Amino acid sequence: MFFTSYEFLGFLLLLFVCYYTVPKKFQWMLLLLFSCVFYFMADPYYLIYISVTTVSVYYLGLKIEEQAEKQKAYLAAHKGTLGKEEKKAYKERVRKRQTGLFLAALILNLGILAVLKYTNFVIANVNGILHAAGSGHTIAFVDLLLPMGISFYTFQAVGYLIDVYRGTIPAEKNLFRFALFVSFFPQLVQGPISRFNDLSQTLYEEHEFAWSGFSRGLQRILWGYFKKLVIADRILIGVNEIIRNPDDYTGAYVFAGMMFYALELYADFTGGIDITIGAAQCLGIRVTENFNRPYFSKSIKEYWRRWHITMGTWFTDYIFYPISISRPMLKISKVSRKYLGNRIGKRVPVYLSSFAVWLATGVWHGASWNFIVWGLGNWAVIMISQELEPLYRRFHARFSVEDKTGFRIFQIVRTVLLMSCLRTFDCYRDVPLTFRMFGTMFTAGNWNILWDGSLLGLGLQLTDYAVLLAGTVLIFAVSMLQRSGSVREKIAAKPYPVRFAVWYGLFLIVLLMGVYGIGYDASQFIYNQF
Amino acid sequence: MKRKRIIRAVCSVLVVVSTLFMLQKLLLPKYVSDVVEGRLIAEYYAEEKDHDVIFIGDCEVYENFSPKILWEDYGINSYIRGSAQQLIWQSYYLLEDTLRYEKPKVVVFNVLALKYNEPQSEAYNRMSLEGMRWSMAKVKAIQASMTDEEHFLDYVFPILRYHSRWSSLKAEDVEYLFADRKVSHNGYYMRVDVKPAKDVPEGKMLADYRFGENAYRYLDKMTKLCRDNGIELVLVKAPSLYPYWYDEWEQQIEDYARQNGLLYINFLELAEETGLDYNSDTYDGGLHLNLSGAEKITAYLGQVLRDEYHLADRRPEERLSRIWADKAAAYEQDRKRQEEEMEKQ
Amino acid sequence: MEELMEILTNLHPDVDFETCDTLVDDKILDSFDIVTIISEVADAFDVAISAQYILPEHFNSARALYDLIQKLEDEE
Repeated sequence: MFFTSYEFLGFLLLLFVCYYTVPKKFQWMLLLLFSCVFYFMADPYYLIYISVTTVSVYYLGLKIEEQAEKQKAYLAAHKGTLGKEEKKAYKERVRKRQTGLFLAALILNLGILAVLKYTNFVIANVNGILHAAGSGHTIAFVDLLLPMGISFYTFQAVGYLIDVYRGTIPAEKNLFRFALFVSFFPQLVQGPISRFNDLSQTLYEEHEFAWSGFSRGLQRILWGYFKKLVIADRILIGVNEIIRNPDDYTGAYVFAGMMFYALELYADFTGGIDITIGAAQCLGIRVTENFNRPYFSKSIKEYWRRWHITMGTWFTDYIFYPISISRPMLKISKVSRKYLGNRIGKRVPVYLSSFAVWLATGVWHGASWNFIVWGLGNWAVIMISQELEPLYRRFHARFSVEDKTGFRIFQIVRTVLLMSCLRTFDCYRDVPLTFRMFGTMFTAGNWNILWDGSLLGLGLQLTDYAVLLAGTVLIFAVSMLQRSGSVREKIAAKPYPVRFAVWYGLFLIVLLMGVYGIGYDASQFIYNQF
Repeated sequence: MKRKRIIRAVCSVLVVVSTLFMLQKLLLPKYVSDVVEGRLIAEYYAEEKDHDVIFIGDCEVYENFSPKILWEDYGINSYIRGSAQQLIWQSYYLLEDTLRYEKPKVVVFNVLALKYNEPQSEAYNRMSLEGMRWSMAKVKAIQASMTDEEHFLDYVFPILRYHSRWSSLKAEDVEYLFADRKVSHNGYYMRVDVKPAKDVPEGKMLADYRFGENAYRYLDKMTKLCRDNGIELVLVKAPSLYPYWYDEWEQQIEDYARQNGLLYINFLELAEETGLDYNSDTYDGGLHLNLSGAEKITAYLGQVLRDEYHLADRRPEERLSRIWADKAAAYEQDRKRQEEEMEKQ
Repeated sequence: MEELMEILTNLHPDVDFETCDTLVDDKILDSFDIVTIISEVADAFDVAISAQYILPEHFNSARALYDLIQKLEDEE
């Protein structure tokens, strides 16, 4: 059930009605039921996988906490009788047991994810090596079911597990409550990756219907549909035309495709998240924001703090920090400082662990070399700009342009362009092709196609470009307004006719200009001799 | 305060409903200048429903039979409920729909549609189904006709289907927002131009000549519906040379007609009796008849209907005569207009 | 405390660590800075700050960080 299907709207409507009519204490159970139905409708088998993750993480999480409680009780009971060394030894024993449980859960769940998502990628590479080695032997690909949203719910469950292991959150005692945390349907398809700490605050609460919150949720959903249907799905036609026919569209087309894709991805992803957060808001549930006007970032590093935020912080908290401040890493840091000097030496751990993070980020996005190169490309850019930092500082000290609007715009444009270049790996079939297509931008010399009407051959009419331009301007204007607070609240402060005109107008725009359904093409209706 | 809120809510709902209604009206294709086939089904509802004969079927009925001839020559009051590539289940449900308003004595069904066993084209579905008034028959017709890409909701709210037409609206969309323009003569779509039939291709070999199960099921339903209502069902095959009518198909229909005691007329075999001349009586090389061809075979059919089913000559009915006098005038006008246009070219 | 101040000031000479208590919230310290601080603290105080303590509340001000170090020293 896609967000952009009639079924999804019907599903939401039904949920809203049930949610606010059942006794409040059943509300969260209803959410679990609907989440299961949502998943079941996609594919009944998906339920098996998500159940394994839910039950294993739930059970082992409880066990880990049980150990901590036993330790507490033991230490309290033997207060005064235990020496410092004995205490330490006992604590270590407990920690070891906890670590065993933790690793079991971790390996099981990341293992499922890895097998389902990456087996064929590994087979393809092994085949490649076999072929290169002159062996005629090939391994057949396996047909594995990849459950919808598995990357998201696995990460969410693993995050919970790590938090319990670290002792920063108490384990959830109720299996079904925990199951709801893992499977909460609005965020199942594309995130955000919520933390138990955040989501549990409102997920299980009893929610009274309140028009103000409910209408804000609907407004957010509508805005999400605007971005997705009017902008993303429209420009997607052009993006697909360009990237699926690399032989026909080289040079400036690649550049156009890059910029189109930047718009498509932004509108699609943030639009989807708007629908997710809006739907949750209608239910009185607060889901963490996943974007913070990312295209206004002045550097790639800042961009990654503002784009897909929950994924970034997940990787930072659960991979980057543990690796970079682990004992081995601190040792490496000592050694590297000794041999490489203080300045570079102390950054070695950071570089190594962020390498690991970006590798993981790439792999997480998809099972192909394209994403690995993409991830490491991000890493390289961030590291280079980190190394150039002193140079920047000197530059700014000398020219003091840092606060000038022009310079900021330059930084923003630079960031968007850099990110768009990296994203070409996301588009083309394989890595060599991506490099080749990227190269044609500098050799093809066909920049005139950007204004001589050639872009009208991409399956987009003049009216489509007009809609896209107007839509982009609208998104930009809303982003500018957002800097001084919620736009929905600003609209809510206006008189009723204005509010009505704004929201009904937006609804009509989505209704008429959204790209959905079969689409009208007069040629379909030309009388065809029947 | 509370009253103010209620008034506000009511006003808002009114604005929403009325604007959506208007937009939907505006965005629907009008089918007035070209592709008039899209209007055929809807025109029926404005008629006085007291017909002796109802034709159902695809273009092989609405381009090949002229109710005006049945009236003028035999005093038979008839109407054609046909549309482009009207599939057999659509014909069946259109018959159900027709029976809600009137009970004809004879129903004539053109058998070409049996060749289709599954839903075919979304656009043709639209043209056949959109004109139908809402009833259970329409609901079932939609369900039977939908291709995989279609959604029932798109029929309930056609604005969802045609929302993107805003960029191709024409003056006629405003002109015919509420106005109607008759495009047919009791369901007959008139063409007077001539294009002789030459080199009609032979039918390609088929893997299986047997009509599909689904198609047969609806033919059975149709037979039963007529029998239950005391209506005589007549099967016809119009004299169109293409799509090719296979001998194997012919055999099946002949068998079916015999087993069910139905009259079956194959006009392909009656060129001599009807006087049909494929050099002058078709406008597109043998696919459809022009006016001259349609009038010839209708004259023949009228005689059969009168003789077989003893349909009374209703020309003495004064009211009906008046109605038909108007219709005939419009018919002649249409013919004259088309002939003049032809001469200009 | 002085040692800690030196570590912080070396990292960001332009920030007043005595008074600022929104080091994380205002994104003055990023993840790279935090790792550098932890590794320097490990050297200077012989205290290992593990990942579970990397929370805004511990890194928002020099004072909070110092309190954390002392707490961890006590536990050793």
